[in-house]
Amino acid sequence: MRTNKKNLLAAVAGAAMLFGGAAFASEGAHLDKAHNDVSNTASLQRGARNFVNYCYGCHSAQYVRYNRVAADLGLSEEQVIANLMFTGQRPSDPMKNNMTVADAQRWFGKEPPDLSLIARSKGTDHVYTFLKSFYIDPSRPTGMNNTVVPGASMPHVLWELQGTQSAVYEGVANAEGNVVKQFKGFETVTKGTMSLEEFDLFLRDTVNFLDYIGEPMQLQRKSMGVSVIAFLLLLWGFAYALNKEFWKDVK
Amino acid sequence: MSAAAKPGSANTSAETSVDGVDNGRRHFLLVATTTIGLAGVVATAVPFLASWRPSARAKALGAPVEVDISKLEPGALMKIEWRGQAVYVVYRTPEMLAKLNGNDDQLRDPKSENADQQPTYIKGETRSVKPEYLVLVGVCTHLGCAPLDKFTPGDAELGASWAGGFYCPCHGSKFDLSGRVYKDVPAPTNLAVPPYTYLTDTRLLVGSDPGVA
Amino acid sequence: MSTDSQPDIYDRASSRLSAFGGWIDERFPMSKMFKEHASEYYAPKNFNFWYYFGVIATVVLVLQIVTGIFLTMNYKPSSEHAFASVEYIMRDVDWGWLIRYMHSTGASAFFLVVYLHMFRGLMYGSYKNPRELLWIFGFLIYLCLMAEAFFGYLLPWGNMSYWGAQVITSLFGAIPYIGGALLEWIRGDYYISDVTLNRFFALHVIALPLALVFLVVAHILALHEVGSNNPDGVEIKKLKNADGHPVDGIPFYPYYITKDFAGIVFFFILFAAVLFFAPTMGGYFLEHANFEPANRLQTPPHIAPVWYFTPFYAILRAVPDKLSGVILMGAAVVALAFLPWLDRSKVKSIRYRGWLFKGFLWSFAVSFVALGYLGLMPATPGYTNAARVFTIIYFAFFVFMPWYTKADKTKPVPERVTYHAH
Repeated sequence: MRTNKKNLLAAVAGAAMLFGGAAFASEGAHLDKAHNDVSNTASLQRGARNFVNYCYGCHSAQYVRYNRVAADLGLSEEQVIANLMFTGQRPSDPMKNNMTVADAQRWFGKEPPDLSLIARSKGTDHVYTFLKSFYIDPSRPTGMNNTVVPGASMPHVLWELQGTQSAVYEGVANAEGNVVKQFKGFETVTKGTMSLEEFDLFLRDTVNFLDYIGEPMQLQRKSMGVSVIAFLLLLWGFAYALNKEFWKDVK
Repeated sequence: MSAAAKPGSANTSAETSVDGVDNGRRHFLLVATTTIGLAGVVATAVPFLASWRPSARAKALGAPVEVDISKLEPGALMKIEWRGQAVYVVYRTPEMLAKLNGNDDQLRDPKSENADQQPTYIKGETRSVKPEYLVLVGVCTHLGCAPLDKFTPGDAELGASWAGGFYCPCHGSKFDLSGRVYKDVPAPTNLAVPPYTYLTDTRLLVGSDPGVA
Repeated sequence: MSTDSQPDIYDRASSRLSAFGGWIDERFPMSKMFKEHASEYYAPKNFNFWYYFGVIATVVLVLQIVTGIFLTMNYKPSSEHAFASVEYIMRDVDWGWLIRYMHSTGASAFFLVVYLHMFRGLMYGSYKNPRELLWIFGFLIYLCLMAEAFFGYLLPWGNMSYWGAQVITSLFGAIPYIGGALLEWIRGDYYISDVTLNRFFALHVIALPLALVFLVVAHILALHEVGSNNPDGVEIKKLKNADGHPVDGIPFYPYYITKDFAGIVFFFILFAAVLFFAPTMGGYFLEHANFEPANRLQTPPHIAPVWYFTPFYAILRAVPDKLSGVILMGAAVVALAFLPWLDRSKVKSIRYRGWLFKGFLWSFAVSFVALGYLGLMPATPGYTNAARVFTIIYFAFFVFMPWYTKADKTKPVPERVTYHAH
């Protein structure tokens, strides 16, 4: 009864804490936190611009409509047409780009994935860390590799902004006493046009936009939740009082 | 002794009854809880019912359609699709336009008084924004077949008195060169004119009123 | 009559209503059913917190059916369009996202509630005579629910949907002789394909929901036939008062209607908190890998079933041999059906049972939760060994029950229920 219920709740709480751990498991690098804020509309607007200028040439966002982006980001249709759209498209169209699958496979070996849901499937931290973890690797076709996705087919699109870097490894003795190469950090090789802070902001804005397009209604969802729970608390108060009133009969 | 209370009797006054039941309070709580609960049920129903509205995709597919009329020959008809319907654009010659007056007594609604069949800015005999170009929904107002273009006067099948216009093959409804329905045919009303506007002299936007973006 | 006009309106309305009711009653057992199952169904007055979960489960069933119907209006059950149609619902359909999240949260809520509901049965001996058939119907509901969830999970055609279905259907391939043919028959194709998706859709949308509704009706009828158990395990029908009603009973209507209503609203508060603030629940209710379309050439890094299947998945993986693992996993579920006959105690409720039963029941509960956790983890040697230990504890609850329920030192069961007036 009471002890049983307490013990059960303790067991469930303990289990919940165990389960609550990182559900986004990554095989390789440690992931830096993206710390993006989807309610920051200015950041989303910059992120939309970044996305269209640097990502949209290869990556589509096929479940996102331009007019939805306009409405949610506080942009007018003219602004969207001028800054975000390819020619021949209409505001109600989805963000599909012009790269064919055949071309993509010829150029990159695989089709660049659609990015509508990348933030939901991989997590914003993964995408953020991935974008800043390209390093020089002459053995790769693009000349670059990535610590978050080793062997990535994607070229370092942002090399002009970030500059280039090399990956530094150091020998570390592992459990069996062998010396193993362990990734220590990056070392700048060439500087980019943006400072560290500027580039970081650029990335976080872009990741913010990707977070938004993964679930465009997330802000409405949360604000609606507050109203719904407030209403239900009111209803519960009355239901509880009504029940207590009737149970006075039960001796 | 088991609980014997009958819930919420007809006694609506605040007095307590013999077994100590405060019926007034019970009644109030019951009404209040039921009212709030019903409000919750209605509020919950709203999203489900609203989900039946045209979705963003339906609205996108039903968006206004641009039509390039630069290649349309005089006297010719072109068909485009808007919201799943055929829309006819006809480039009327001066001879065709001349046929539009003088036949009022043969027509059911010569002045297009039925406001359901065309936007408010479509007026007069030409039933168009510019007289040369006629834009009609190509759906017979009888039972929905696609009317045929029979623009040549004195057509073999339709007789020497045929002035030119549209003829519906399903049940024989006849319309003039502005889509106005003749009397004594099954169709009750003129062919509908969709909302449309000129983007330029050679481009129409069907599905959008003039002055709207 | 009082002097103001209101009572007259009420009187006229209520007499019209009762005339209409009379017309119905001459042709349909409406009042009879209401009396038998509500206003004159006497339930024990000492129901506690554990007794909410049955009615909450029914509410969740209705929720799943209603949201499911509206999802089916926009969902496309083809391998080409399914994934996109779910995103269409989430983005293009007005309020589609809310309906979708209600359905996904409802699925997890259903299992949480049903597990708590079943645990109540274990604690209070609700499966014991004369409620064995009630328990069997419940067991069948649980089987149908698991099948329903399994078929439903393929429908979004995400990468976890695909690979989860691949793994679980391949278990049937482990059956000797007929396995391969059976597997092909289940899939309808040589691999999980559009054909499989379409038939899972039919099963999920109509076949199993119909079965579930029939079984739930049967479950409630079986309950009402013998009367409800209670936390003290006392049979209230043994002591009746002058009216012929159990002294420890109260009519379900109105007392448990008002009580359950308050409980249901509270449940909705918790449900809304999850739905609006954590619909994915960190990847446990809506898995991350499922936001990528099904990809036959790339398996997600960890394939795990949804959390409510993981205890049995852990048992499956604990056994090195595939067929034996399948059999043991099946046995873990089916063992539940035998409880009415494994339990040899004269005492129903844990309140009057001895330390043996309490120890075994708590170990069972802990092992179920632990196996659930282990089922979510990768199958490392350490985790697999732990899963083996907990599998043994899990089965011990059933295997040793005929002995420990008989050997247990029980307390005397009172004649009257424990109840304090509120």
